[in-house]
Amino acid sequence: MKQYETDVAIIGGGAAGLASAIEIKKGGLEPLILERDVELGGILLQCIHAGFGLTEFNTELTGPEYAQKFINNALEKQIAYKLDTMVIEITQDKKIYAVNNEEGLIEIQAKAIILAMGCRERTRGAINIPGFRPSGIYTAGQAQRFVNIEGYLPGRTYVILGSGDIGMIMARRLTWEGCNVKAVVEIQPYVSGLIRNQVQCLEDYGIPLITGFTVTKIHGKDRLKGVTVSKVDRNFDRIIGTDRFFECDTLLLSVGLIPENELTLQAGAEISSMGGPIVDNNLETTLEGVFACGNVLQVHDLVDLVSAEAKRAGQNAVKYVNERYKKKMEKKGQIICIAGENVNYVKPDRINISDLDEEIIFTFRVKKPDRRIQVQIKDETNREIYKRKKRYVIPSEMIELKLNPEKYEIDPTCSQLVLEVIPVKEPLIDEEEEE
Amino acid sequence: MQSCEDSGVIKTIRCIVCPTGCEIEVKEKPDGEVEFEGYTCKRGLDYAKQEFYEPKRVLTTTIRVENGFLPLVPVRVDKAIAKAKLNDALDIIANTIIKAPIKMGDILIENIAGEDANIIASRDLPILEE
Repeated sequence: MKQYETDVAIIGGGAAGLASAIEIKKGGLEPLILERDVELGGILLQCIHAGFGLTEFNTELTGPEYAQKFINNALEKQIAYKLDTMVIEITQDKKIYAVNNEEGLIEIQAKAIILAMGCRERTRGAINIPGFRPSGIYTAGQAQRFVNIEGYLPGRTYVILGSGDIGMIMARRLTWEGCNVKAVVEIQPYVSGLIRNQVQCLEDYGIPLITGFTVTKIHGKDRLKGVTVSKVDRNFDRIIGTDRFFECDTLLLSVGLIPENELTLQAGAEISSMGGPIVDNNLETTLEGVFACGNVLQVHDLVDLVSAEAKRAGQNAVKYVNERYKKKMEKKGQIICIAGENVNYVKPDRINISDLDEEIIFTFRVKKPDRRIQVQIKDETNREIYKRKKRYVIPSEMIELKLNPEKYEIDPTCSQLVLEVIPVKEPLIDEEEEE
Repeated sequence: MQSCEDSGVIKTIRCIVCPTGCEIEVKEKPDGEVEFEGYTCKRGLDYAKQEFYEPKRVLTTTIRVENGFLPLVPVRVDKAIAKAKLNDALDIIANTIIKAPIKMGDILIENIAGEDANIIASRDLPILEE
């Protein structure tokens, strides 16, 4: 078995892996990217629509352009990478086992590891649609890869379940390729993607958006012949007598993304109840020297935020190798961060007491849309640490809060912080703070 | 209830500038002057004017490639084109084949569908090595 050594091994060569690798190289250490596909770039390569890079590059790019800029930067910096290489195991002493066609099984000993495997799509199995199992049922991202990279159309007439951005963008993409999209069906009473996509991907082409409905039956035995959609009640149960039939040969599922946890779990890192690994404010998992960033940690809606998070993970990995790894330093105590009212999850899960003099970046999502709200952070004694009013919050938007230690002081003796999103009665006029 | 004609609303535009999604009504006054109502910021008004007088869209699609590492290259317009020209542009692109190698930013089709915009490559695409 071939053996390698590196300072920081990075699992995944997509947006997160590339940005963290560049940061590690800048910090004077040697990264090694392990990528299972035949080229670097990750899912960005199939996201050929525009809308990327507005904060990172100050201009609107397509996914492949955004990836190409990072790939070119990585190549200029002579960052080491292995393609077509699948990581199969990570051990707690930071050995990585991977396989590829040329070398077979290989072992890589790293001083630190960055998890950047991204996320996966929820499938039909995850949402339990009854019926036969004909061909013609795909996840939206899978269809996106067929159409945009491999040059195949999965079908001719479509129903798309899920009004997230990928679902709506695929509706337009397939229309542009000459296909007929009968409807986009959304179980929630509201559209879950951006209004921009609702207008420019659906309304421009007269594609009906049916909210408050879901697919309740699959028709067809060998090939999909159609789907029944039904209205649902508040518990998402089918309401009898509301069935509508749509003839179609393909159903695309755009029903959510979940962090790719297999390696993380197998390595022994603790996973938070909302998906990705538990991390501290340095994006370090519960395994010393193993960091996580990008969609493997939490599903982001903007790749620019993935890159920013991955840079932080890269910088923290460099700091770890230069300080704690060499001096065998132990961490001091931690403060636990809790998702309170109308908060789905919050990252980081923990804050190191030794880092309270540094900026702490919180990211979170709300459970349900709301207007005129206040985001607040309190400790267990109900002492207010932070508050900010916002005009609206929606589940599809990840919100970022940066706490400057000079302005917002966290008591080092507190044990937990609760982040809440609560309605405010008085009208928001001058206090409105908008990005 | 007033009909649309009575109230003078000739078009309703949903603003896409931010997630608030204001409904902006375009009204024609009896003297023929056009008015915009319902926007809550200047960017919204600018968007509604553009969308009313000259709607534009950014086209992103793929073009078939001969001899490439992949069978398709992702492309985009270097400037938004008239919404009314999207179909013409897509027809031209569907009948085009490009030879690898291709570099990001290469102009693949000039002045697509007579618009002041070119179709450019979104990525590098090397030649397929056997």
